Amino acid sequence: MAQVIARRLRKDFGDERAVDGIDLEVRDGEFMVFLGPSGCGKTTTLRMIAGLEKPTSGEIVIGSSVVNELPPRSRGIAMVFQGYGLYPHLKVRDNIAFPLRTQGMARELIGKRVQWAAGALGITRLLDRKPRQLSGGEQQRVALARALVREPTVFLLDEPLSNLDAKLRTSARNELKEFQRRIGTTTIYVTHDQVEAMGLGDRIAVLEHGRVRQVGTPKEIYDDPANTFVATFLGAPPMNLLPRGGRIEGFRPENFMHRDLRPADAGAARYDFTVRRIEYLGNERIAYGTINGHANGAEYTARMPAHLAEPAVREGETYPFTVQPADLRYFDAATGERVPGPA
Amino acid sequence: MSAQYAIARPRGARLGFALDHAELLGALLVAPAIVFIAALIAVPFCLALYYSVSAYNMGTLSFSFVGLENFIEVTKSSIFQRTLINTLVFTFASNLLALVLGKITALILLREFPGRALVRCLVILPWAVPVALAAITWRWMLDSMYSVVNWVLVHAHLVSPDVWPNWLGEEGLAMVSIIVIQAWRLFPFSAIIFLAGLTSVPKAVIDAAHVDGAGYWRRTFQIVLPMILPIMMVALLFGLVSTFTDMSVVYLVTKGGPTNSTQVLGSLAFQVGILSGNVGRGAAISLYLFPFLLVATFFLLRFLRRREI
Repeated sequence: MAQVIARRLRKDFGDERAVDGIDLEVRDGEFMVFLGPSGCGKTTTLRMIAGLEKPTSGEIVIGSSVVNELPPRSRGIAMVFQGYGLYPHLKVRDNIAFPLRTQGMARELIGKRVQWAAGALGITRLLDRKPRQLSGGEQQRVALARALVREPTVFLLDEPLSNLDAKLRTSARNELKEFQRRIGTTTIYVTHDQVEAMGLGDRIAVLEHGRVRQVGTPKEIYDDPANTFVATFLGAPPMNLLPRGGRIEGFRPENFMHRDLRPADAGAARYDFTVRRIEYLGNERIAYGTINGHANGAEYTARMPAHLAEPAVREGETYPFTVQPADLRYFDAATGERVPGPA
Repeated sequence: MSAQYAIARPRGARLGFALDHAELLGALLVAPAIVFIAALIAVPFCLALYYSVSAYNMGTLSFSFVGLENFIEVTKSSIFQRTLINTLVFTFASNLLALVLGKITALILLREFPGRALVRCLVILPWAVPVALAAITWRWMLDSMYSVVNWVLVHAHLVSPDVWPNWLGEEGLAMVSIIVIQAWRLFPFSAIIFLAGLTSVPKAVIDAAHVDGAGYWRRTFQIVLPMILPIMMVALLFGLVSTFTDMSVVYLVTKGGPTNSTQVLGSLAFQVGILSGNVGRGAAISLYLFPFLLVATFFLLRFLRRREI
């Protein structure tokens, strides 16, 4: 078990700055997710923690020591790669045993540990197969078993679910979370998928252009985004942003509601919303439209339960829509950073 | 009715018929290759098989069947015995050297450096240059009087000008020379195969080996080499078979000399069968290793197929 700390971490590839001064602390036993669009530096940061990339500057601490100069094998980490990186010429058994063999562990002990890791992930019956004879989900478990078998102090996972189909991904996500709870090892998980991030993370670090834009619990990140990037990166559809009075007002589509469908407080913000198109999503309707008198015709969205939206909202009509004061967020128009609302 | 249809059929319909039927089209497309192989490989091979069990001499036109006599006579000959050993030494040494050189070259070409594209092209040259041209150059470089190799060695104060090595004129040195020349011809091919193999190993696998604590030697010998082993074996098989059956380097550089010290099966077969006219004996010499090569190839290919599953 160990904490992981990055201090002013930077990485340049030639002229390109992939990671631009990351300060971050992952607590002991925590499930931390690095979330961001591709090219935001999340994988590079993970690879620097693993020791696969050398930082241009800055420090990495694992446990209580600076590990910048240590090779991957001495850092007490285990990593699962996108595409898994299983050794195709070795049986599952030998894949899992490989990290133990490099440590020169005794043969009988290796056998026991492999059995234990395979049992923990339910792949005992696959031990004598080759990786190419396994399904995607099975390969992912083998990769996890190979990471688990050496009982690392930190797990590093680089988009481990991205090669699975959608249905399998959901069940694998649940299993992964259960699994991490059970073993309680500090885990850093890289993904570009916000649903994975929200579902798995104790905390999420949102990255953009090599910088951390916000760190917080999934609820903090979603309810109280620190800036317009985080506000629009999470949520589908993302938060509505409306420039008004020198600031930007932000409100989630689910909080943007027809006045007649929900009694509004006295201080509720009011908008005239012209619905252009309604998207049918089974139990929900998403209305796309414009807000009259504001924001040069940009598109805004409202998300309504089907039973409310069906009779009340039609395409082509304009309705009075409201947002409760507690659901409004304010951002600086120039920097996009969060600013306090009116008292 | 059917006659009417036949008349009404548009011109070119036969070709159209063939194009629409995959099995017919396939047969048509593969036919030239089969004819080519049959005429230039299968027929001469069968002729050689027949010659090797006949007493055929140039000029006598006697095709009398003599069974395995040619093979037995050849086996008794001391020149042939020496040639057989030479062939084995020449083939295995040059291929091993080519493999090592190829691997080193591939590792160098894998790195980024200025002018890499040009170097990648130049590396192909030994393989692409016509063997006669290369042989002339090597003969000049190793010449007993004008050798540039010796010139360099003398000026580097490694040998004295009075006793410099006569590369192609001394028995052991001549063998070393043709091994080096053959390896020089073969290594670009093995470098390219290695390069293709190395670049086909996924980065995640190498990264995983790093994280799993494997150092350079373990990564190389337990991960990378086993992964590219099948493709390496194919390259080695090509190199071995082509060297076993080849005579061009030996014949062009040393003509098998001095005193048969660099004689290989190919050059001896040519000398006995064509130059001396004893075709039956020559055929026996050139076919001597064929059964062994066939069996070795069979097992190697079977081994490769098993590994892939």
